[in-house]
Amino acid sequence: MLDHLFFTELMGLKVYDLKGRKLGRVRDAAIVPLVDAVRVDRYLLGGGWAWLTVRHDQIQTISLDGIWLRDEQLTPYHRDDYMLRLERDLLDQQIIDVEGRKVVRVTDVTFLRVRHNGHDELRVQEVDIGLRSMFRRLVQGVLPRPLIRRMMMPIPVNSIRWEFCNIVESDPQRRLRLNISTRALEAMHPADLADIVEELGPSDREALFGSLDSEVAAEALSEIDPDMQASILESLSEEKAADIMEEMSPDEAADILADMEEERSDAILEEMDDAPAHEVEELLEYREDSAGGLMTTEYVSVPNTITVSAAVAAIRGNDYALESTNTVFLIDAAGRLSGAVPLARLFLADPSAPLSSLQNDRLISVPVKERQDRVIAAFDKYNLVTLPVVDPANRLIGVITADDIISVLRQS
Amino acid sequence: MFKRLKYHIAVFFSVIGPGFITAVVDNDAGGIFTYSQAGAKYGYLPLWTLLPIMTLLIVTQEMCSRMGAVTGKGLSDLIREEFGLRTTFFIMMALIGANLTNVMANFAGIASSLELFGITRYITVPIGALIVWLLIVKGTYASVERIFLFATAIYVCYIVSGVLVKPDWKEAALYSVRPVLLFEPAYITLLIGMVGTSVAPWMQFYLQAAIVEKGVGAKEYAESRIEVIVGCVVMTVIAFFIIVACAGAIWSVAPRDIKDSADAALALKPFGQYAYLLFCAGLLNASLFAACILPLSTAYTVCEGLGFESGVNKRWNEAPVFYWLFTLLIVIGGGVILIPGFPLVRMILLSQVLNGVLLPFVLIYMTIIVNRKTIMRDWTNSRAYNAVAWTAVAVMIGLTVALVGISLRDISG
Repeated sequence: MLDHLFFTELMGLKVYDLKGRKLGRVRDAAIVPLVDAVRVDRYLLGGGWAWLTVRHDQIQTISLDGIWLRDEQLTPYHRDDYMLRLERDLLDQQIIDVEGRKVVRVTDVTFLRVRHNGHDELRVQEVDIGLRSMFRRLVQGVLPRPLIRRMMMPIPVNSIRWEFCNIVESDPQRRLRLNISTRALEAMHPADLADIVEELGPSDREALFGSLDSEVAAEALSEIDPDMQASILESLSEEKAADIMEEMSPDEAADILADMEEERSDAILEEMDDAPAHEVEELLEYREDSAGGLMTTEYVSVPNTITVSAAVAAIRGNDYALESTNTVFLIDAAGRLSGAVPLARLFLADPSAPLSSLQNDRLISVPVKERQDRVIAAFDKYNLVTLPVVDPANRLIGVITADDIISVLRQS
Repeated sequence: MFKRLKYHIAVFFSVIGPGFITAVVDNDAGGIFTYSQAGAKYGYLPLWTLLPIMTLLIVTQEMCSRMGAVTGKGLSDLIREEFGLRTTFFIMMALIGANLTNVMANFAGIASSLELFGITRYITVPIGALIVWLLIVKGTYASVERIFLFATAIYVCYIVSGVLVKPDWKEAALYSVRPVLLFEPAYITLLIGMVGTSVAPWMQFYLQAAIVEKGVGAKEYAESRIEVIVGCVVMTVIAFFIIVACAGAIWSVAPRDIKDSADAALALKPFGQYAYLLFCAGLLNASLFAACILPLSTAYTVCEGLGFESGVNKRWNEAPVFYWLFTLLIVIGGGVILIPGFPLVRMILLSQVLNGVLLPFVLIYMTIIVNRKTIMRDWTNSRAYNAVAWTAVAVMIGLTVALVGISLRDISG
């Protein structure tokens, strides 16, 4: 008694009516995800001039010998955007394996055969990608089905559970109709998501970005190969691109915009909110391979006259990007850099102590026009995690962090 | 205005690589032998075929690079998606066979070019194989591509050695545009062979994959197309100089058949040490270059098409099929050269048969895919271009079928 069936076995299976007469062979099968994510809803039958559609509830039994119907009122097949046709839309196409975090190509589909209200029904269980499914497909139609099942047993299985499969579809309308959700993708680590996106073709890549939540899109985009970043953003609507840019750190946003054609980057800046757009525009002024091009304008600075507790309160009251903050910079009344305090020291210090008493003995900073290689050398020489950047009047205008340096080193 | 021009020039330099490398590697050990043979036996007469060959090459290469730029997918991916697993499987198996024999031919080129300097093949082939393997495993795509681009510059050797031989330039120019058909079987075989070696199935797969890897998109495609065309022109120029060098050195003295490319190099010796050395250097470079590209490109293409993990940035246990495939191609391809009495010539003929059987399918699938709106969107062929493309495909198929017939006759005879 078989409880599962492969799509390659289903293909070409003969379909019989109530009197046991042959109607045709199965040419494709379709799921209607909006109704049921796993049940095979329609079987498409070829035989005469047009394809016929068999609904799942018209079937009595399914086995390797054929399909027997219990209702023979079949309708001609019409194109239907709500159907995910397995042969046309899934077989041999790329899908995203959310659990394994990679892009894979579908070789076959495994169904579970269940009895439901007294008749047979197929439910998609797994998508097969390994050697076993490849063998099965290559010899299907050449050898009898039961023999193939026995022959393939020694070959290891490689399958992905259906719930971990994310279909790649570049048409946004059809994504909705096929009920493709991006929730599973958005739950991934942005760096993993970025790797997946890099493996897809441009149109799929752009479609995926268009449907991701802006915050997730921004995080993933900053992990993507720099050559690809600009072309992805250019493909999106200016509004969506601006939303994503606002979520990114200003230095990364500036780097991407610098790679785009000016008309396009101006239009995106236009769409952005004033404050982030202004920060990005300032950064765009600097050469990419200078300290100004490396720095971000998101940093924490407080007056050098206040106490530790006042500093903590000031930090608390602001919406800083805390994961990248590990140093507090002290500035005087004219905005000139006067000291730096590692964040950890604030927690150990007496709250009433003046902040300036905690500052590092030696203050290292670079002018905004400093060359990139010297900045990198400074990081190496002084073992830095952050490096303040100052203008000619010694005013603090930005900060370079170690992760920026790592990115630069990896690219060269 | 100036800014736009600067932008386009910058884009051109960023897309340079794939088209150039593919077209130039086309003149591998097998190609050099065919062109040398043409010049040695018939002098300047076969030169007229070069312009039609260039046209065929440009048309086929242009379609591939366009598919790569627009879809961001390799040719084997597209064939799999459009024509299913079974078709892809058979094409991939034929490709492995054809490319394996191509790799053999190129290791033979490495061996024979260095044996001219008295270094035995039992040293040169293992070292060559090791260099190739290390370059693939340890190099990144960008650094390897830079080495390859540098290697394309070494092809200038042929131009210089062609000039040093002092051929009859007037004759050469005249016969480049005047078609001459001799109705003798050897001549016709040779012409077909020249076309056959110049458009090979692996090139279509390699070029498209390289365009994708380079990240060339539809936006940069205008520049990429120029690069592809320039590559094809350069390839033709090199072929021209090889023929002319052999015509000047061998045919004008006494027309004859040559044994292998090293034989052609030896014949250049009376025209000065440099002509000879440069011809040898060119042969060594071309063989080494093709021996690098073929195994890598085969492994990529096959793994992509059949859905195995691939890429040199993955570890051995993450992409076992990929690593085993190219390692075996190198080991077997180099190893058989060391077996005394190995029927190499027959193997090379076999590779021409496999290439010839494969090419019609690849070209037909390509032209079908490039015309599918669902895949190429607004980048399908225009009607006029399709007329040219299908004519080119038909000509290529006709010639390769003839070549297969001739090779089969030679193998059995």
